[in-house]
Amino acid sequence: MTLKTLGTALLAAGLLTSVGLAQAETVRWARSADVTTLDPHVFNTGTNFVLMHQMYETLVNRSADGKLVPTLALSWKMTSDPTVWEFKLRPNVKFHDGTPFTAKDVVFSLNRAKGPNAQVKSLLASMEEVKALDDLTVQVKTKGPNLIFPDNLTNLFIMSEKWSKANGAADTQDAASKTENGATRAENGTGPYVLASREVDSKTVMKLNPNYWGKGQAPLQVTELVFLPIKSPATRVAALLSGEVDFAQDIPAQDVARLKQDSKLRINEGPENRSIFLAMNVSVPELKSSNVKGKNPFADLKVRQAVELAIDRDAIKRSVMRGLSIPTGMMAPSFVNGYDKAMAAYPKADVAKSKALLAEAGYPNGFTVTLHSPNDRYVNDEAISTAVAGFLGRVGIKTEVSSRPIAQHSVAIVKAESDFYLYGWGVPTYDSAYIFDFLVASRGKEGRGAQNATGYSNAELDNKIISLSSESDKAKRDATIKDIWQTVNKERFYIPLHDQVIHFASVKKINVPVHPDNAIHFKDVKFVK
Amino acid sequence: MLVHLLRRLGQSVLVLLAVSFISFMVFRHIGDPTISLLGEDATLEEREALTEELGFNKSVPLQYLHYVGKVLQGDLGISYRLKRPVADIIFERLPATLELALTAAFFALAIGIVLGVYTALRKDGFLSRAIMTVSLVGVSLPTFLIGIGLIYLFAVELRWLPSFGRGETVNIGGWETGLLTSSGLAALIMPAITLGFYNMTLIMRLVRAEMLEVLRSDYIRFGRARGLKERDLYFGHALRNTLIPVITIAGLQIGSLIAFAIVTETVFQWPGVGLLFISSIQGVDVPLIAAYLMFIALLYVVINLFVDFLYVLVDPRLRRATP
Repeated sequence: MTLKTLGTALLAAGLLTSVGLAQAETVRWARSADVTTLDPHVFNTGTNFVLMHQMYETLVNRSADGKLVPTLALSWKMTSDPTVWEFKLRPNVKFHDGTPFTAKDVVFSLNRAKGPNAQVKSLLASMEEVKALDDLTVQVKTKGPNLIFPDNLTNLFIMSEKWSKANGAADTQDAASKTENGATRAENGTGPYVLASREVDSKTVMKLNPNYWGKGQAPLQVTELVFLPIKSPATRVAALLSGEVDFAQDIPAQDVARLKQDSKLRINEGPENRSIFLAMNVSVPELKSSNVKGKNPFADLKVRQAVELAIDRDAIKRSVMRGLSIPTGMMAPSFVNGYDKAMAAYPKADVAKSKALLAEAGYPNGFTVTLHSPNDRYVNDEAISTAVAGFLGRVGIKTEVSSRPIAQHSVAIVKAESDFYLYGWGVPTYDSAYIFDFLVASRGKEGRGAQNATGYSNAELDNKIISLSSESDKAKRDATIKDIWQTVNKERFYIPLHDQVIHFASVKKINVPVHPDNAIHFKDVKFVK
Repeated sequence: MLVHLLRRLGQSVLVLLAVSFISFMVFRHIGDPTISLLGEDATLEEREALTEELGFNKSVPLQYLHYVGKVLQGDLGISYRLKRPVADIIFERLPATLELALTAAFFALAIGIVLGVYTALRKDGFLSRAIMTVSLVGVSLPTFLIGIGLIYLFAVELRWLPSFGRGETVNIGGWETGLLTSSGLAALIMPAITLGFYNMTLIMRLVRAEMLEVLRSDYIRFGRARGLKERDLYFGHALRNTLIPVITIAGLQIGSLIAFAIVTETVFQWPGVGLLFISSIQGVDVPLIAAYLMFIALLYVVINLFVDFLYVLVDPRLRRATP
């Protein structure tokens, strides 16, 4: 190349860059917490997943209406053997470092995500083996037929085998390891954005991937993405009002009404994939926090029904949630497989009937109990508990609220130390089995029931729950789900209160649709002229 | 003198051990790290296995001895939350906190002394009384309210200053500084005022009281009788004598500025060790919390040792009194 052509090339490159700059559309995106590590398999938390989705990709993904959409897999089907799923991969995809994406990377990533130190391994509990048939075909063998296996893959990110091994990131780190691994602070995904810089708790900058396979398929209008964690809710809202950020998540409920009135802002709203409920310990012979000795009032179904009838869900929505909740009688949001409108109907609060039931159960004067509540996890969690205590007081159940950070609350749940508690649950698989496995199955049965601190145990129900993981007939499986829900709703050891509502606040010029998982795919975000 | 210092050194080591032990006892009540490490949907078996592996099933004194043993070998462990070596993380975040604390200290000292002298000299003036009243309000307002108030006024309404973050930083020999860029300086103003406000009022009141005291003393009156200029009297003689206790207090307060930067850093998303500490508590990141508490204790101990040492240098009586 002569000097002259080199000069021309440089000039052209310069011109191209300036053209690129003229079209650059930056979105500054704020939310309450930073991701902890960039290693996509270490933690099973929504906050981490949302950021990962910009840089890494999964085989399948979930659209805002809850449907599975092809991503790195073009198609998937159950083979003639019902325990084997086959995925056809997208050709001509490259990782950010230029290495081509192949079936080997999928095999590597799924095995890595199933490793002992990967939190996401619970999503792959049913995977027996994964193997590559050719460069673009992967087969997964499951332990028994698993109808919903692909639903588990929406947050299982695909890493490059070559890159991971070269950077000491072949496995996720264990808690005691002496050094960090190569994926903690760097990424090499196939996604629409490439990491440009990262400062923990401060900012993470991502640039549009110039070689992204989805050019022409997705709008890709956001060319630069700046992720800004802002812990203090007041500061986060202030940053949006002052124009320092363009889009904010985790908006405090009390600010939503005010932000909606701001003509410079756009507030999008939609149901979240998370139900909030009360849980009662039905199995201990005597409650720790109650004045009733020698027996457990919650063991009596009449008492549990009385508790439900004392609670005014509409009042909680109106006064505590400022209208921002969806009251329900079922512990599953509407887009979860198994949701039933009839079962989600809830009774109106009825003090007289509640008192009558308590008297029938032998507690005409009520009893005392402590309600354990988190205070930093769900929307207005502590205020909901305080309201519940007020409602129960009306029927004679003197309830003391004991609130604590989720870090302590969840310990008590795992150890089943509470008599009565507020809790919430999201369903990443969009299938009721995920709720049953953790909240309904007997504690400790085949690794299930880890979050069931109610002590409720029903062998017949357990068998039905276990059967869901290997039932290959969809109609039969759905019937079993319905059957389980009927028992759960009748037994009332959980009292569903409401589903949370998500708010996305942005400047007028961008429109970010609300996703039930609080997820955003910035490649799909469009600027409004 | 050597004995005196050695004894103080011994006491400091005891303080550090006590702090580390107390913080270790506290860990039992902040939650279970296995939940943040494994996630909410881990099985009970997985939890038990990890508890075993990390030694959380051992008695607290045993866990503590194990920890102290590792720290003495220079191993602070890996952060559970960030999956990186704790020492690296703390040293990366320290510059932000130090710059904030020192700027706040400078602001508190400069404004505090000026206002203190002014309110002492114009004791009954309208402006003086107004300053004193405002300072009372300032002392009783919590830090986060001052911060949010400033953000509302200067970021949301006037749009002069950024509401969060540190602005652009420049790396100089491993030290990330925001002091050399205009956005970095702009970002520093509100957090520094917020953090330094309490100390500013404290210094102002101290200077005022000392100054009033000194102005009443004989040598000022003699000086005035000899016909010295008021300016020389106030700033040459009175102020110099006023400043000795102020400097002592200010020195000790620097430690507290660093330690109490937690609230200010949270309000302004200032990426220092205080914000790191709060995030670590929420994530039950035991190795990081332990290291931070030890660090703050060490800081206090070193500052106190330094002050003691200065006393010995300055005051000859101390040198003689020690055997």
